[in-house]
Amino acid sequence: MLNTIYRLVEPMRFEAQFTDIDIKGDDVIVRPTHLSICNADRRYYQGKRPPEVLQKKLPMALIHEGIGKVVFDKKGEFLPGQRVVMVPNNPVEEDEVISENYLRSSSFRSSGTDGFMQDNVAMKRDRIVPLHKGMNKKVASFTELAAVSYHTINRFGEIAHKRRKTIGVWGDGNLAFITSLFLKKRMPESRIIIFGKNDWKMVNFPFADGTYNITAIPKDLFVDHAFECVGREASGAAVNQIIDHINPEGTIAIMGVSEVFVPINTRMMLEKGLRMVGSSRCGKKDFCDTLEFYRNNPEVVEYMQSIVGSVVRVKTMTDINKAFEEDIKAPGGKTVMIWEK
Amino acid sequence: MIFAAVLAGGIGKRMGNVDKPKQFLMIGKKPIIVHTVEQFCIHDKFEKIIVLCPKQWMPYTKDLLDKYLGRTDRVCVIEGGDIRNQTIMNAIDWIESNYGLKEDTVLVTHDAVRPFVTSRIIEDNILAAKKYGACDTVVPATDTIVQSDDEKCIANIPERSKFWHGQTPQSFMAVKFKELYESLTEEEKDILTDAAKVFVMKGEKVRMVEGENFNIKVTYPYDLQLAETLLEGDK
Repeated sequence: MLNTIYRLVEPMRFEAQFTDIDIKGDDVIVRPTHLSICNADRRYYQGKRPPEVLQKKLPMALIHEGIGKVVFDKKGEFLPGQRVVMVPNNPVEEDEVISENYLRSSSFRSSGTDGFMQDNVAMKRDRIVPLHKGMNKKVASFTELAAVSYHTINRFGEIAHKRRKTIGVWGDGNLAFITSLFLKKRMPESRIIIFGKNDWKMVNFPFADGTYNITAIPKDLFVDHAFECVGREASGAAVNQIIDHINPEGTIAIMGVSEVFVPINTRMMLEKGLRMVGSSRCGKKDFCDTLEFYRNNPEVVEYMQSIVGSVVRVKTMTDINKAFEEDIKAPGGKTVMIWEK
Repeated sequence: MIFAAVLAGGIGKRMGNVDKPKQFLMIGKKPIIVHTVEQFCIHDKFEKIIVLCPKQWMPYTKDLLDKYLGRTDRVCVIEGGDIRNQTIMNAIDWIESNYGLKEDTVLVTHDAVRPFVTSRIIEDNILAAKKYGACDTVVPATDTIVQSDDEKCIANIPERSKFWHGQTPQSFMAVKFKELYESLTEEEKDILTDAAKVFVMKGEKVRMVEGENFNIKVTYPYDLQLAETLLEGDK
């Protein structure tokens, strides 16, 4: 079946291109319904990736956060109309030690392969997760981002030492919001402190046990562990501030993506015997666990609705650009495209 | 109930030296008609996808669809008529004989040689046909339209913003189409080029559904080349 794919061919320019989907194959055909724009998509759209990366990866359909409705499953395992979350990570091998999301052989939607901006998406059947009834669709559209937080907290749980009285989260954006909300819910005994740049954004973190502006952190304030959710140019400053304000042998979970190399105060890191763990992608199990977490904690979903920003109905190519432009202009929140293209 | 009628009545006169109707020519790895029928097969809303083609091409069409789609009871091949609207009437007669015709029976008709139709267009057609009774898929005219009465001089250049190119699908309530078509005189039937006009001639409103510029009709050899080029991006 000929399938229309809306690929970014150069910064800010999308074009309809076509592929042939084998409907007799094993894949499940999913029609996207709600797609969420991630910072990575925005960087491609704005041409903020290095020229050699753009040269290599474009044309490519963007978006790796999204849900859809099953349209066709030859095997009948999934029913037409069934709502599913699409998993962007696509492993091609199994490894008894390394997780699927960290295998270098795995491909990733809207990074090495086409993302979800398509008329229909041919999904491997183990790459879709049914969505439970009543789940908020806009929130579900960015399950991938939430699952990264969920996954990182899991890894943190395995690595970090047991004293977890105070945990700091650096950042005041979407990722910091989700991570700190999940931390508070999953580790209620810990004090969750937010370290952000914008006081007006941190007002929206009422579940946190405290918020501090990064320009006014008391010198004697120390956390046992920390999550870095800043990324980009400020990534280095955030990591180094964490190093200053973390207790010895603490664990720092790095989650923010930076296009530039980050100089780190390794002297102090060595002196304090810190651990650092990086996570930016998650596996299918994390999607399942996150959805289960949502099902068991509806109040978390309520909170998550507060970071839904612009909602743009997409019926034309112009609407796609409009959604990205809205996302660029927005001071925060997740931009969700209601996909009717 | 909702039915799709894939109209494969063409005999390929305009395709130059090809020896088969154009719907059987290949785009990529499959014949055009297979690509088109597949677009409808994935939609569970369709009770049946009825493929209508000239009698002499029926066995070939059946074998071709079996070969590429596997044996499926969702698709059936029946004989088309001499003209487009008679072909549609054959589809309606077939529905009436096999399922009975009800007030809310929707028929989505589509050219077999428009394989680039999207799920969105099909879904919009179903919604519009249900809500408004009849709809036609269109895109805004990009070329200036020139009117001539003697084929020599321009009589008029109408305002372009009021003109659209008609594509398919064209979708409607089957009962209504039958009623209107049967009320037409033979002269009126002769000047009809498509289904939407049946409604328009009889003063019925036809809702416009937004098409896509790439929802091309493979009519000329040039179109086939264009279709192949569109698929080149398959990586």
